[in-house]
Amino acid sequence: MVECLTGKKILIKGNYAIANAAVLAGCQCYFGYPITPQSEIGEFMSGKMQELGRSYVSAESELAAINMTIGACATGAKAMSSSSSCAIALMQEALSYAASDELPVVLVSVMRGGPGLGNIYSSQGDYFQTTKGGGNGDYKLIALAPSTVQECVDLTYKAFYLAHKYKNPTVLLADGLLGQMMAPVEFKPYPYPEIDNSEWALTGAKGRNSRIIRSYAPLADEQCVFLEKLFNKYKQIEENETEWEEIGTEDADIVLVSFGSTFRNIKTAAKICRQKGLKVGVFRPITLYPFPHKRLNELADRVKKIISVEVNMGQMINDIKLSVDGKVPVELIHKPVGAPPAPEDIAAQVEELA
Amino acid sequence: MSVQVFKIPNSLKKDAKYTFCPGCDHGVAVRLVAEVLEEMGLTENAILAASIGCSVTLYDFLNVDALEAPHGRALAEATGIKRARPDKFVFTYQGDGDFASIGLAESMHAALRGEKLSAICINNTTYGMTGGQLGPTTIMGQITTTSPTGRNKEYYGYPIKIAEHIALCDGTAYSARVSLDSVANIKKAKQAIKKAFEVQVKGLGFGFVEILSTCPTNWRMTPEQAHERVKNEMMPVFKPGVYKDITVNNQ
Repeated sequence: MVECLTGKKILIKGNYAIANAAVLAGCQCYFGYPITPQSEIGEFMSGKMQELGRSYVSAESELAAINMTIGACATGAKAMSSSSSCAIALMQEALSYAASDELPVVLVSVMRGGPGLGNIYSSQGDYFQTTKGGGNGDYKLIALAPSTVQECVDLTYKAFYLAHKYKNPTVLLADGLLGQMMAPVEFKPYPYPEIDNSEWALTGAKGRNSRIIRSYAPLADEQCVFLEKLFNKYKQIEENETEWEEIGTEDADIVLVSFGSTFRNIKTAAKICRQKGLKVGVFRPITLYPFPHKRLNELADRVKKIISVEVNMGQMINDIKLSVDGKVPVELIHKPVGAPPAPEDIAAQVEELA
Repeated sequence: MSVQVFKIPNSLKKDAKYTFCPGCDHGVAVRLVAEVLEEMGLTENAILAASIGCSVTLYDFLNVDALEAPHGRALAEATGIKRARPDKFVFTYQGDGDFASIGLAESMHAALRGEKLSAICINNTTYGMTGGQLGPTTIMGQITTTSPTGRNKEYYGYPIKIAEHIALCDGTAYSARVSLDSVANIKKAKQAIKKAFEVQVKGLGFGFVEILSTCPTNWRMTPEQAHERVKNEMMPVFKPGVYKDITVNNQ
């Protein structure tokens, strides 16, 4: 176990880093159920939350865990759950409710192999699950995808901030590789302002009218008005919070796009390609929702080809195609499951596709 | 000199329009919950985790903060509320399908953990809101829209005795079953609700009341016939009584 230290660089496993960051972000309640490859988050929380007089519940299922998180968030508290692939699948109904209830649920999703039980190897197969919504109805989850253990920390902070700022469920989408790897990390103090929730939190109706947090809209008109309002919020999120990283795209003929841990390998692959005379740049969406559609569309005006590199059968490539709107060809380099393809392999495939 | 013998509790919304069918006992149960909230001074400190089914509309009638849980998850959401705000009075009001079918895991585990929560479960032996299908409490022989020849053990298995099961959980401080078929039993029901609320306030554990109720519409009965059915068909199967009360003795 590690201490909740700030200002010191320590060597720490990704899952512990996420948990420690959540504690430093002020998370008051953690609810979870074990699943590999993220069980260390719950293990860390079970000790630390008790020690700090906060709340940890070993839930009877992931259904219960995410609904407990909703309950805690409804009081305005910072609360979270964490899980992985097939168990995140169990939470989809509740995520739809949380989006509709406009509650600041924070969920850490550490991807493993699928579909079905799959396996416990790292994977990026839950891009669709996270960004396209497995629950019912029109809704969006803010989705942040770290590519390093340090960024697991920074984006855990940001997940709490954005969730509360926009009253919207927010997912930190990591993968088994990030969860299990150790890396030097610095825990800075939580850098974001605290968000006032006194206008909506359930605290008992003392001295005011009672509040109902509900998604039930029995009348069609009511639902129309609500969805328009919800999607105005999403528009704001898209305008204000879209985040990405790009390197070497100024003169690039080919741009490799990856999210999460795979980005490390395309950076090296691009260097290899450059040594071979190919002008290759790299691009990484940090927010998967909102997706940097606009920026990719701009890049498509001057590059010749975009290649999505993913550890799945090709999921984010669909969003890239939407972004570039047919301006340039979009190809896929992928591995179905496991660690990202080696930089040399990626570079060799880029040469073939160039 | 005049003495006030009747008043609408402040915990009930004054402008509420009741949407329950004529003869449905939900109205009586809601009224009892409202009276107990007011008498115990809990209204302004209470947070309700609402459920799905006819019980969902409770938040339209009560003057309390409320969170609408997905079907079956009321006690999970209530757990989250209480863990975040242990100083609040947190309760659920659920149907038998919500509490004991789709939500059985959440209900049992809230009791097993000894969550400081109070839960009310309305048992009317059917899924009322969806039109009277077979539920976890449908009694043997009962005809519903999905048991057209009556419930039999070969095809459907057996109904659950909820109050007895909850009483078996070590974290339960109070578990009782009551009926609303007569004035005397309505008074007993109110006492049971009070007790289930008190054990939470005192921090003793999980408080639970199962309330036997009518569903005249789906039972295809008049309100009077429906209350006769509660007495003659339900009470012999689901026996009213206090199944656990740790404040009385060390059971």
